[in-house]
Amino acid sequence: MNQPMIALRDVQKYYGDYHALRGITADIRPGEFFSLLGPSGCGKTTLLRVIAGFEDISSGSVLIDGKNMEGVPANRRPTNMVFQSYAIFPHLSVEQNVGFGLRRDPRPAAEKAKAVAEALEMVGLTGFGKRAAHALSGGQRQRVALARALILKPKVLLLDEPLSALDKKMREQMQVELIKLQRQVGITFILVTHDQEEALVMSDRIAVMFEGEIAQLDDPETLYRRPKSRRVADFIGVMNFLPASILQETGDKIEVDVAGLGRAEISIAQAPGKASGEGTSVGFRPETLTILYEGQNAPDRETEGTVEEVVYYGDMTYYDVRLDGVEKPVRISMRNVFGRPVLDIGTRARVAWSSGALVLFR
Amino acid sequence: MRLPGLRIYAIAYLIFLYAPIALLPLFAFNDGTIIAFPLRGFTLDWFAELLTLPPLHSAVKNSLIIAVSSSILATAFGIFAARASSRYEFPAKTGIMGLIMLPLVLPEIIVAVSLLVVLLGIGINLASWTVILGHVLICTPFSIAILNSAFLSLDKSLEEAAYDLGETKFSTFRLITLPLVMPGIISSLLISFTISLDEFIIAFFLSGAEPTLPVYIWSQLRFPAKVPVIMALGTILVVMSITLLAIAEYFRRRGIARTGGKDTGGFL
Repeated sequence: MNQPMIALRDVQKYYGDYHALRGITADIRPGEFFSLLGPSGCGKTTLLRVIAGFEDISSGSVLIDGKNMEGVPANRRPTNMVFQSYAIFPHLSVEQNVGFGLRRDPRPAAEKAKAVAEALEMVGLTGFGKRAAHALSGGQRQRVALARALILKPKVLLLDEPLSALDKKMREQMQVELIKLQRQVGITFILVTHDQEEALVMSDRIAVMFEGEIAQLDDPETLYRRPKSRRVADFIGVMNFLPASILQETGDKIEVDVAGLGRAEISIAQAPGKASGEGTSVGFRPETLTILYEGQNAPDRETEGTVEEVVYYGDMTYYDVRLDGVEKPVRISMRNVFGRPVLDIGTRARVAWSSGALVLFR
Repeated sequence: MRLPGLRIYAIAYLIFLYAPIALLPLFAFNDGTIIAFPLRGFTLDWFAELLTLPPLHSAVKNSLIIAVSSSILATAFGIFAARASSRYEFPAKTGIMGLIMLPLVLPEIIVAVSLLVVLLGIGINLASWTVILGHVLICTPFSIAILNSAFLSLDKSLEEAAYDLGETKFSTFRLITLPLVMPGIISSLLISFTISLDEFIIAFFLSGAEPTLPVYIWSQLRFPAKVPVIMALGTILVVMSITLLAIAEYFRRRGIARTGGKDTGGFL
C-alpha cells in the first residue's frame, strides 16, 4: 500500500487538565478529500491545527509525507490553511494577498506575477488582482484565501470550516467548486466541518469525532448505511430507532424481534453498531421505508401504522408514522410523485420495509 | 429632547466647558493688560511679545523634546506590553499588568515626590531627561490601554495565516501586525504627546533648571502684566491641539477605510 500523506499515531493533546485529543490514530491518503466531522468542542479544529503546526501535541506523532513533524513549525510544514475567517490581509490588494507566500521565492517578479494570475484564474477571480481585499464579498474572499493557500503548492490543504460564513446557495455552489478544484490540483484536502451534509457531499472519507476521539472513519456511504454506533447514526442524517431483542445468532445470521416490524433475519454485516448505552435497538433511515398506495403490494415485508405528522418539502414529504404497537413515531421520507396526493394526518397507512436496510445496535 | 430642562442642561454644560477657553483668544487680542470686560481694542502686541522671550523659547523647546521622547518611549513600551498581554499567557499576568497600569490612578504628586527622592538619593542632576523618565511612567499605561484594544481587535488568524505562508514570527509582525495596529500606534503617540506636553506636577519637581512650558506658564502667572501674553500663548496651544487632533482623526479614519473595518467612534 502507498505511504499515507498524513499519519497520525496516538496523538494526545492536553490543555492543562482538559484532554482535547484522546489518542487519534489515522492515515490520510495522498490526493484524498478527507473530512473531520463532529459537533463543536469535539477536537476537530484542534486536530487540524496540530497538523498545520499551530498546536504542539502532548504525545504521539504526526507524520506528513513520511516525515515526522515534531519540532517543525507551521511556516516550514508542507501544509497551507484556509481559515474560518479567511484571514485576508485587509491592508493589501487581492494580488498582494495571493502572492504573499511567494515573498521568499527566488523566482523573478514576472514569473511570480504569472503564478499569481494563474492562481486567480484557478479560483475564477481573473481581473480582480488590483482590487482592495476588503472590498470583496464573502464568496470572493473565500476564493482569495484558496488561491493564496494553493499558490505555494502545498502537499496538504487544510480547510477550517471554510463555508460556514456563506449563505446556503453560495455554500452549495462552493462545495461543488471545491470538489472540482481538489480534483484539478490533486492535493490532499482536509476539511473541518460540523455540517454532516457538507461532509457527505464533499469527502472521499470522513472521520466522525466525539470528545477528542475518532468514533468512526469511513467513506460517506458506509458511514451513512452502516454507522458503528447510535451516536454516529444520530449525528449523520436522520435515523429511526426501534427497540429490538435478539432471538438467536447462527453463523453470520442474527434473528431479531423488532417492535412494530416483527421478526427479521439480518446478516452480521448489518450489526456493526454499538448501542451507546441505549439498549438493543434496530435503526433505519427514513428513505428505506415506503408508504404503500392503495392496492400496491409490498416487495418484501409490510406493517401498518397511523400518520401523525406531515412535513411538506416540495420535492419530498416527511411523514411521522406511529407503527402499530410502538410508542414513538418513526420518520419516513417519500418522494412526491405526480398523481399521488400528500397524505393527511390520521390516515391509516401500510408501510413496506425490508430487513436488508436495518442496522442492529447492541 | 422633549424635555426643555434637558436642552437647557446640555447648553449650560457646553457653556461651562468651553466658555473659559473661548475667552482665551478674546483677551489675547485685547489691547489692555487687565483681564476684564469691556474689551478695549484689537492688538497683536501680545503675540509679538511672545517672540521676544528667550526663556519661553527654551521652555517650548524643552517641552517639545520631552513630549516627543516620552511619547515614543511610552508607545514602544506600550507595544511590547499590549502585545504580550493580548497574545500570550504567562504566570501572574493579571498581577503584572495591574502593576504596569497602576500609575494611571496613582496620585501624580506621590509619583513625582518619590521619583525626586530617589533621583536625589542616587545623586543624579535634574534635567530634561529626568522629566522624560517621569512622563514615560505616566504615559505608558495610557499607551497600553489604547494599544491593547488595537491588538485585541486584530484577528489572530491574520498572523497565523502569514506565518503559515512561510513568514517568520518577526516578519509577520512587521508585515501584518504593525500596519494593522498603526492607527492605534498613532493614537498612542498623540495622546502620550499631549499628556506629556501639559503635565505640570512631575515636570515641576523633576525639571531642575530646564523648565517645561507649563512650569514656565505657572512661573509667569505671578506677574499680572504677563497675563495677556499667557493668553496669547494659550490661544496658540488650543489651535495647535485642535489641529493635531484633527490630523490624527484623519489618519485614523483613513486607516479604517483602508482596512475596511467598521468605525466605532474616535475622538471627533
